[in-house]
Amino acid sequence: MSGNGTGAERAATIAVLVENEAGVLARVIGLFSGRGYNIDSLTVAPVDEAGRLSRITIVTSGTEMVIEQIKAQLDRLVPVHKVSDLTMEGPHVSRELALIKVVGRGENRMEALRLADAFRARVVDATPESAVFEMTGAGEKIDAFIALMRPLGLAEVCRTGALAIARGVRSL
Amino acid sequence: MNAVSQTAAETPALSGAEVVLRALKDQGVEVIFGYPGGAVLPIYDALFQQNHIRHILVRHEQAAVHAAEGYARSTGKVGVVLVTSGPGATNAVTGLVDALMDSIPVVCLTGQVPTHLIGNDAFQEADTTGITRPATKHNYLVKRSEDLARVVHEAFYVARTGRPGPVVIDLPKDILINKAPYREASTAPHRSYRPRTEPDPEQIRKAVALLKGARRPIVYTGGGVVNSGPEASALLTEFVRMTGFPCTNTLMGLGCYPHDDPQFLGMLGMHGTYEANLAMHGCDVMLNIGARFDDRVTGRLSAFSPGSRKIHADIDPSSINKNVKVEVPIVGDAAAVLRALIAAWKADAAQPDREALAAWWRQIDQWRAKDCLAYRQDGAIIKPQHAVKRLYEITREMGRETFITTEVGQHQMWAAQYFGFSKPNRWMTSGGLGTMGYGLPAAMGVQIAHPDALVVDIAGEASILMNIQEMGTLAQYRLPVKVFILNNEYMGMVRQWQELLHGGRYSESYSAALPDFVKLAESFHARGLRAQAADELDAVIREMIAHPGPVIADICVAKDENCFPMIPSGAAHNEMILGPDQEANAAAVTDEGKVLV
Repeated sequence: MSGNGTGAERAATIAVLVENEAGVLARVIGLFSGRGYNIDSLTVAPVDEAGRLSRITIVTSGTEMVIEQIKAQLDRLVPVHKVSDLTMEGPHVSRELALIKVVGRGENRMEALRLADAFRARVVDATPESAVFEMTGAGEKIDAFIALMRPLGLAEVCRTGALAIARGVRSL
Repeated sequence: MNAVSQTAAETPALSGAEVVLRALKDQGVEVIFGYPGGAVLPIYDALFQQNHIRHILVRHEQAAVHAAEGYARSTGKVGVVLVTSGPGATNAVTGLVDALMDSIPVVCLTGQVPTHLIGNDAFQEADTTGITRPATKHNYLVKRSEDLARVVHEAFYVARTGRPGPVVIDLPKDILINKAPYREASTAPHRSYRPRTEPDPEQIRKAVALLKGARRPIVYTGGGVVNSGPEASALLTEFVRMTGFPCTNTLMGLGCYPHDDPQFLGMLGMHGTYEANLAMHGCDVMLNIGARFDDRVTGRLSAFSPGSRKIHADIDPSSINKNVKVEVPIVGDAAAVLRALIAAWKADAAQPDREALAAWWRQIDQWRAKDCLAYRQDGAIIKPQHAVKRLYEITREMGRETFITTEVGQHQMWAAQYFGFSKPNRWMTSGGLGTMGYGLPAAMGVQIAHPDALVVDIAGEASILMNIQEMGTLAQYRLPVKVFILNNEYMGMVRQWQELLHGGRYSESYSAALPDFVKLAESFHARGLRAQAADELDAVIREMIAHPGPVIADICVAKDENCFPMIPSGAAHNEMILGPDQEANAAAVTDEGKVLV
């Protein structure tokens, strides 16, 4: 029985600015697992010159009430400076980086290289029987490319998860 | 770094352990509850060589945290705990979660293996910060001596501000032994943690507009009012009397509004009064201050107070709109919110509909007339309700300052129902976590803080055994705590649920092989008393109170008494069971309801 279960679910891309200290990522992840929230993707790295602040981008989903809870729960963690729901707070740009390895020879390999060119994926490593493509873009574009590579010898995929930033002058 | 080395040059060289104690002293700490061990020996050595801070040696680390909680809840100060690494820290975890759930300010210092051994599975090593991360409001592992003083000061700040809670500081042994610079507490604002205490005036205005238009209002208040300090309770009383509205308290809030005031409806929730729960169900405007729409209070959420417009003031924004969607959220400290509400109420010329309010009170009085807490004490067998009621009446008659703690179960609910509280900070119970074994150590902490007061742990015979070793602490420090056991030879609340929801199959709920509590008391250098018949009760209570030292009073009560009223799990406020005649209603609990605890 839960009042949180009612209402439509939506996806949310949440940016969290945190103090770059030991255990801070564990606090954020523990909050999600402990309270049963979804994490679709999560990225983190220091973002200021001194290395004191890190930015975590979390893609999650839930009902409006759950997403409000997630934001409030994140905000009350002691090392959290700021929480921003990029999905709700106006337009934003979201990008993901993927490294995709395709193994094969002959026509499949040629087709993979042609498609990579069409998708503006860069070849960052190649051998006579393999290629590694680097691709940056929206998650759906990467999904589409990976789907095309599958019959052509897709061997390995590595993705960062989404990074996102607000459009215009608004800043976190 | 420059600033740090300068301070270090100015300060006489102290060991890390001495820095910790100096920081505690500067934070106003007078007492710590602890248990020594290898990793914290440097702190115990420093304690031995000073006279500012008193150490109370408990018999189990869980009890140290509960004692600190009792101390904190009865004084409003931060409770302090000192335990060793590994098992010392893991034993403290239950107490930490208890303090987290009930928003009690506690700072717990844990020893740790030296920094170079961390991660090596050293003797008595545990990942204390990892284990306690979800058990605390915040925690620290101090890895650099220069951080030590700052971390201790910050831990106190985090523990007592905003929504209070437990904070752990994990202290590797080398950090305690090495020299460390001392620094005063910083007055600069924290870089990222800045709890909001002052409410938004616009939200206050909206709240008052809603309240002035109310025809069937209710004020529902909880532990947030107690935590805010005694002023919040005084302001609450002023506000409620000014408005003429009815007021109900959660289990955690008891004492923040005088129990004998005509506008008080008693406790609400699963074992709350009929009038409080029906008023919650039937109200048109609800003002919640410092309570969190806990599942014990709301019953079935989809049927919770269906017709009301809701205002919720809480210092923790994550408590708002968590379980129940509200129309007017107010983030702020209870005292600040109440002060603003009173000012705005006076400033707003609109008058509430007095006739509607009078009609609402007539309705409430009809519910009150059910006298839902009535019981019959006839015959020789002592009713547990009667035992609590007589304890209350006799203590009131004696006029002594009285503090009550409880364990968890039926006796806890009877204590909440039949012991009246007129002031905040007099009632210490494990509400959120429901920790059996809480009451005796908590009472110890209360008695340390209030040596001349009467401190009674209302207990059950099963719960009391969970921290019974603390009788040794009572003896050592001559703490005259009274343990008042309502002994029904069952884990009573488990038995009650088994009777009502599981076909009377009393699986493992009988308290077999109980000790003789009188002899047990005597073996711990305390007084043991027993009441087996109703006509012995008063004399035992009086003797218990009169005895200058610790006492266990074994009150043998009716074994099959159930705690009513009761909202069965999964039911709504207007589906409560008032007494044994309606027990059949519980059989109708749905499978959905049975899933709930």
